Amino acid sequence: MPFGNTHNNFKLNFKVEEEYPDLTKHNNHMAKVLTKDMYAKLRDKQTPSGFTLDDVIQTGVDNPGHPFIMTVGCVAGDEESYEIFKDLLDPIISDRHSGYKPTDKHKTDLNFENLKGGDDLDPNYVLSSRVRTGRSIKGYTLPPHNSRGERRAVEKLSVEALNTLDGEFKGKYYPLNKMTDAEQEQLIADHFLFDKPVSPLLLGAGMARDWPDARGIWHNDAKSFLVWVNEEDHLRVISMEKGGNMKEVFRRFCVGLKRIEETFKKHNHGFMWNEHLGYVLTCPSNLGTGLRGGVHVKLPKLSTHPKFEEILTRLRLQKRGTGGVDTASVGGVFDISNADRLGSSEVAQVQMVVDGVKLMVEMEKKLEKGEAIDGMIPAQK
Amino acid sequence: MPPVPCYLTENKLIPRLSPEEEFPDLSQHNNHMAKVLTQDMYTKLRDRATPNGFTIDGVIQTGIDNPGHPFIMTVGCVAGDEETYEVFKELLDPIIEDRHGGYKPTDKHKTDLNADNLKGGDDLDPNYVISSRVRTGRSIRGFCLPPHCSRGERRGVEKMSVEALDSLSGDLKGKYYALKNMTDAEQQQLIDDHFLFDKPVSPLLLASGMARDWPDGRGIWHNDTKTFLVWVNEEDHLRVISMQKGGNMKEVFNRFCTGLTKIETLFKDKGTSFMWNEHLGYVLTCPSNLGTGLRAGVHVKIPNMSKHAKFEEVLKRLRLQKRGTGGVDTAAVGGTFDISNADRLGFSEVELVQMVVDGVKLLVEMEKKLEKGQSIDDLMPAQK
Repeated sequence: MPFGNTHNNFKLNFKVEEEYPDLTKHNNHMAKVLTKDMYAKLRDKQTPSGFTLDDVIQTGVDNPGHPFIMTVGCVAGDEESYEIFKDLLDPIISDRHSGYKPTDKHKTDLNFENLKGGDDLDPNYVLSSRVRTGRSIKGYTLPPHNSRGERRAVEKLSVEALNTLDGEFKGKYYPLNKMTDAEQEQLIADHFLFDKPVSPLLLGAGMARDWPDARGIWHNDAKSFLVWVNEEDHLRVISMEKGGNMKEVFRRFCVGLKRIEETFKKHNHGFMWNEHLGYVLTCPSNLGTGLRGGVHVKLPKLSTHPKFEEILTRLRLQKRGTGGVDTASVGGVFDISNADRLGSSEVAQVQMVVDGVKLMVEMEKKLEKGEAIDGMIPAQK
Repeated sequence: MPPVPCYLTENKLIPRLSPEEEFPDLSQHNNHMAKVLTQDMYTKLRDRATPNGFTIDGVIQTGIDNPGHPFIMTVGCVAGDEETYEVFKELLDPIIEDRHGGYKPTDKHKTDLNADNLKGGDDLDPNYVISSRVRTGRSIRGFCLPPHCSRGERRGVEKMSVEALDSLSGDLKGKYYALKNMTDAEQQQLIDDHFLFDKPVSPLLLASGMARDWPDGRGIWHNDTKTFLVWVNEEDHLRVISMQKGGNMKEVFNRFCTGLTKIETLFKDKGTSFMWNEHLGYVLTCPSNLGTGLRAGVHVKIPNMSKHAKFEEVLKRLRLQKRGTGGVDTAAVGGTFDISNADRLGFSEVELVQMVVDGVKLLVEMEKKLEKGQSIDDLMPAQK
């Protein structure tokens, strides 16, 4: 962060034992990996913009664990964090992303035509479909570390780029600090408005500083394509609609994302990307595609079946409550999405969601009729 | 005092755009910092850092993130170390002046911890005065303050403090309960005693980074009779509290002064001291607590008085402040108020406790009159 935590060199006057965090009650990826020796090795380093080891891990120190999810417990402050602190981040990435190795290469595929099916998920069960990802703008530090000036520059660039979109993507930007009451109510009614983060995971990393300065929401007139500016990442890009036509949601997602990227490139600001980590984002869990493709689906019977978790694991899917990453489900309606981000492409991940949700709806229907689903249990993908 | 050397550390590497692009938007804000900080001031101060690396953004972040408060005019800035008050004096001096009744950069502060100098205070009516309490804070010289300290520093403060407290004897003899080692039984007892401080939830404190690494290095020490209590590494290095049920503020203050003086001696024996200077008195994290850092108060039942049209005026004249019984940013419940001194700097400890003792005595008399349906006009005090 631009402040917080004694100047790094001053801290070096204290012994490693005195500065090493107490992680005995902790259960997150960072706590599993960060030994005292590793802390000793990395603690005198910082990225060119001044992000230090303590900055990387503060959120994991302050948030020992979570009842629903295995949290990552660390964040990047800039693109270079992933290089300077690779001794810490590589094992975390490997653990979080199913054994992804420091030498592995990540594949990007945003060609929506490569998706098979996905236009026929049963709307009696699948209430809504959504695909989101994040993007970071090269040359600026990330939300845990950026200054007000940088954040505002990211906003300015983003809004300029978005304002050039036309056709189905033509839309408008609503900065949080200038929103009228009427606009705010409409955005809430549309389920578009993101509020000041309350999750201690985000607060502990300093992402809520200066709220609501330079934060805002852009959406197209049809309200099916939405961009969040300066929330947890520089940009969050979201395509969504009611019902089960994931194919259309993904098409719009890919086309819109490509247009945005072209506009940024024209202004000489690419997205942070490399062939090892794919798209570089604030949280190591979002590396690779940064993509979460998911549905809100009614599975009251399947979700109480003893094999539910096993099925999800085999399908490489993840469940959440309908309020988002750290909420509980309500009334048997679950948010089901891909578990992977890194090591498989966008198309591959959305394919898993499409195929997996189709199967789970079939299972739900069987269970409704009192039939067994044993014969339908899938193999591990 | 000679200017503290300040230097541009790695701050020059922290990506920053022009001062105009970095200046915070304070248009919706109403706190002391927002009233004082101009673009010109920000431009000048942003190139500085204290020797420990604390910068202007660190000072003001809490005030940016917390535009205002319904019950209190917040300060909107914090110190990260002793040198903050010198390096950023262009910002902090006007805030100190505004907050502390016109206290000037050239003024001198008087410390008086001689409890014998307090007149009366042992006879506040316990039918109205439910409890009496005096607290202050102390910072240990040589360590950064809670918004900026590292884990190692915080643990250093804890270790030194516990060593000092463990050597207290007589009616001050007691025990330290580290927050992270507390058993469920200990925790429950401390909650029942109203001693346990919880992880800060106030956004005022969270935004300045004071909750980092919780509960590491934090704890509560109290004496066996549960009348003298020290918080370690909450909002300040040390918070020292003397309290008991009823209205005997004199006894509370006696114990307070005795205990504090003993602790200070123990620290001096260890070769350290509390942060103090003749201009600002005791140096604490929040500029509102400079000087004595002392808040002496009572929980008092004044349902009639508190609804009287002149209640606020009376408090102001008596130099007193009201709070809810849950603490600084809570509301009052059932006519019971926390009434304490409003001042911290520019008056001594004895003077401030005297104001509370005299003022509360008067408020209780007024309450009794109002109960009988009588007027209180002839009891209205002059401005102290």
